[in-house]
Amino acid sequence: MSKYTEDDLREELKTKEYEYGFYTDIESDTFPNGLNEDIVRAISKKKEEPEWMTEWRLEAFRVWKNMDEPDWANVNYVKPDFQGISYYSAPNSKPKYDSIDEVDPELLATFEKLGISLDEQKKLAGVAMDVVVDSVSVATTFKKTLGEKGIIFMSISEAIKEHPELVKKHLGTVVPTKDNFYAALNSAVFSDGSFCYIPKGVKCPMELSTYFRINQAGTGQFERTLVIADEGSYVSYLEGCTAPSRDENQLHAAVVELIALDDAEIKYSTVQNWYPGNAEGKGGVYNFVTKRGLCEKNAKISWTQVETGSAVTWKYPSCVLKGDNSVGEFYSIAVTNNYQQADTGTKMIHLGKNTKSTIISKGISAGKSQNSYRGLVQISSRAENARNFSQCDSLLMGNDCGAHTFPYIEAKNKTAKIEHEATTSKIGEDQIFYCNQRGIDTEKAIALIVNGFSKEVLNKLPMEFAVEAQKLLEISLEGSVG
Amino acid sequence: MELKEKLLSSFMVFEDKVDIDTYVHDIRNEAIKTFEEKGFPTKKEEAWKYTSLNKLLKEDYSVFPKQENAIEYRDVKKYFIYDIDTYKIVFIDGKYSSHLSQTTHDGMDVCLMSAALTKPKYRLVIENYFNKAATKDSLPSLNTAFSSEGAYIHIPKNKLVEKPIQIIHFSTGNESATMLQPRNLIVVEENSHVQIIERHQSLTSNPVLTNSVTEVFAKKRAIVDYYKIQNDNLKASLIDNTFLKQKQESICSVHTFAFGGKLIRNNLNFYQEGQRIDSILKGVTIIGNKQHVDHNTLVHHIEPNCESHQDYKGIFGENSTGVFNGKIVVEKEAQKTNAFQSNNNILISDKATINTKPQLEIFADDVKCSHGCTIGQLDESAMFYMRSRGIPEKEAKALLMYAFSNDVMNSVKIPELKQRITKIIANKLGVNLGFDL
Repeated sequence: MSKYTEDDLREELKTKEYEYGFYTDIESDTFPNGLNEDIVRAISKKKEEPEWMTEWRLEAFRVWKNMDEPDWANVNYVKPDFQGISYYSAPNSKPKYDSIDEVDPELLATFEKLGISLDEQKKLAGVAMDVVVDSVSVATTFKKTLGEKGIIFMSISEAIKEHPELVKKHLGTVVPTKDNFYAALNSAVFSDGSFCYIPKGVKCPMELSTYFRINQAGTGQFERTLVIADEGSYVSYLEGCTAPSRDENQLHAAVVELIALDDAEIKYSTVQNWYPGNAEGKGGVYNFVTKRGLCEKNAKISWTQVETGSAVTWKYPSCVLKGDNSVGEFYSIAVTNNYQQADTGTKMIHLGKNTKSTIISKGISAGKSQNSYRGLVQISSRAENARNFSQCDSLLMGNDCGAHTFPYIEAKNKTAKIEHEATTSKIGEDQIFYCNQRGIDTEKAIALIVNGFSKEVLNKLPMEFAVEAQKLLEISLEGSVG
Repeated sequence: MELKEKLLSSFMVFEDKVDIDTYVHDIRNEAIKTFEEKGFPTKKEEAWKYTSLNKLLKEDYSVFPKQENAIEYRDVKKYFIYDIDTYKIVFIDGKYSSHLSQTTHDGMDVCLMSAALTKPKYRLVIENYFNKAATKDSLPSLNTAFSSEGAYIHIPKNKLVEKPIQIIHFSTGNESATMLQPRNLIVVEENSHVQIIERHQSLTSNPVLTNSVTEVFAKKRAIVDYYKIQNDNLKASLIDNTFLKQKQESICSVHTFAFGGKLIRNNLNFYQEGQRIDSILKGVTIIGNKQHVDHNTLVHHIEPNCESHQDYKGIFGENSTGVFNGKIVVEKEAQKTNAFQSNNNILISDKATINTKPQLEIFADDVKCSHGCTIGQLDESAMFYMRSRGIPEKEAKALLMYAFSNDVMNSVKIPELKQRITKIIANKLGVNLGFDL
């Protein structure tokens, strides 16, 4: 093992196949391919939505029709044929189950392969699961416990029916339907997602978590998540993703909106491990996500993400720091391998006084992948004493990959303090030598270094997720993380 | 008539006047076509996101100044670095001014572009170097199309040029707004060393727009120090396009001192075509009063074992806007590259804006690249320290700002120039710094 070098690691990375590539055969209720007003209406009807919701979707669709797909990101891919996608697919086994035994056993087996068996989850106190398979929630646990605290945690389609006043008030306020091409598309056709409301002054006693899976062949996944933390409340929200191996490119265009009212705090963590395509760069998921959070007075939003999957990633979780003294944080690890391309980063929009933001981004590129950080820090003229610290580090493994940084910094206030730092390096020969010298073999040394490199971000993940994040890093960079 | 159309039609007239047989004829024609296609850059282009030319382009510029306006040396002496002996190439409204200049053909060529473009003895150099470094972007192309005058400097092998060379462009434009398009070509052969100081100065209250292109070729082990002083009046705007191609073991540095002008855009591009090259880019920007300065730099690392150092400092007051867009590209072959970039800014007014975008594009794995960027204020405790020792606020501020820009000043190799810039800075800050360097 002592001869294990970076080259070996690179070789291993290339040949490492996607472990979670499997396909569950559940009969799905799928719409014909293509998108027009009728399809939008049909989706809305299928979900038994009220009239205002249908109109909202149609409005978004009309806007979307006149928009062009953005191409400014530093990624190359075959643009998806939006008329060649089916916009609705839901598992057939309805109605909902009261107990876990009623769930389609094949589906349960799928979860077991993913290591998130519901049985286990049920026993694991502290984590409530809203499991999403192909756009419709099929199981929600711990709902009662949450209910006692007044916390609403349900699928967004249920929320539209049961809490229309909350949804109507907040949906599309942070990410307007007109925001961008994919946000408009999502608004028109979103099939399901999660809705979460934390009432005033309540501290959510457990980590809320959803798992998204893309299952049915050829269906795009259009998730919509809305999290509202009312005054003085706190919630930690986890989102984790894996998807089966598939030849055709799959499109995922989710929208996540976070609203943190006065003194509230939202912690949103993502582990993303969708199918990245095989070693030749064939297949893989397109991940075009719009995530944004709005902070009112003294509120705090913290985004943590571990991105290891997807063929093409286009994702910028952002914070609008509207209220005075609000805080935005962004911690990210993006790992790309083979032909993966990631263009990810964040936007911190400082509007209020004494607002603070922190950006820590770690990019690891291997194989023939391209990894970009793209970020914006904007200090408006009214944002007195705004403070930002950004750090983007890239680690390159091998000679065929690339690391890029595109930080935009715009300051319009003289009291602003902004620091930005970026470094690019490879694992230093001297670092490995140092470890070898002290009896640590090269594989372990690389593990140590990569671990140390990403530690700042991994530390920010909730306990329940940190283990999984480690696991995903292992898949993406096996041999390097012990 | 829109400026673009005006330029296109003037080109016909211009091209008729100059010799049609020359080698550059085809290049000019090609270039005007490129410009016609691309037009002036707009804010929609990523590289021009923060700088709009719209207002500038609305002026009715005269493209060919009618006659040469005489200038007396004593009136413009202050714009020269006069306390040392230098070569001087001086232009007034784009036309060569022989009585203000001091050129040479003694062992090297420090002369005029117009001569180089037409005389047969320069033909080989022109064919080898002219327009070989400039990009095909719209503004450099526009300059290429109208290229006729500027500085031509050719230093042969193993020559240490003892006196710095000053290139000064005056504009008088008494009648109307003027547009100038100087074109400089500088070729420094193996083991040679040259220092160049460039300045654009408007002497009129009419608007002046300068679209300048400078191409520098540094051969093996050549050393080129280039200093740009940009301290113009509030009606003058400058778009400076500078391209440097470096061969192995050469060292090129460009210092840009941007203090004035209505709008300044510096496109500074370094291409490293050999090993063990060092490129140094430094800049000080101190502006206020609705001024706009945009530094757009590119360092392209193509071969292994090279270095680049970038250090830009900016102080922005009143309604000024500063832009820094620095890009470092490291190609796959360029292993062991060390590329550093730092951009520090101080905003001293609520209405000032700074937009900065330090960019890294890296394709090689064994590199050390870093960039840092800060925006902040003057250190309050340092201010307090000085004021508690009897230094008035204004002076204390000036001292701090001077210290802030000192990193850049330190690498200026001509003491007289350093002194002059210190004075300009003191003047800008409205204080007497009380010390000379």
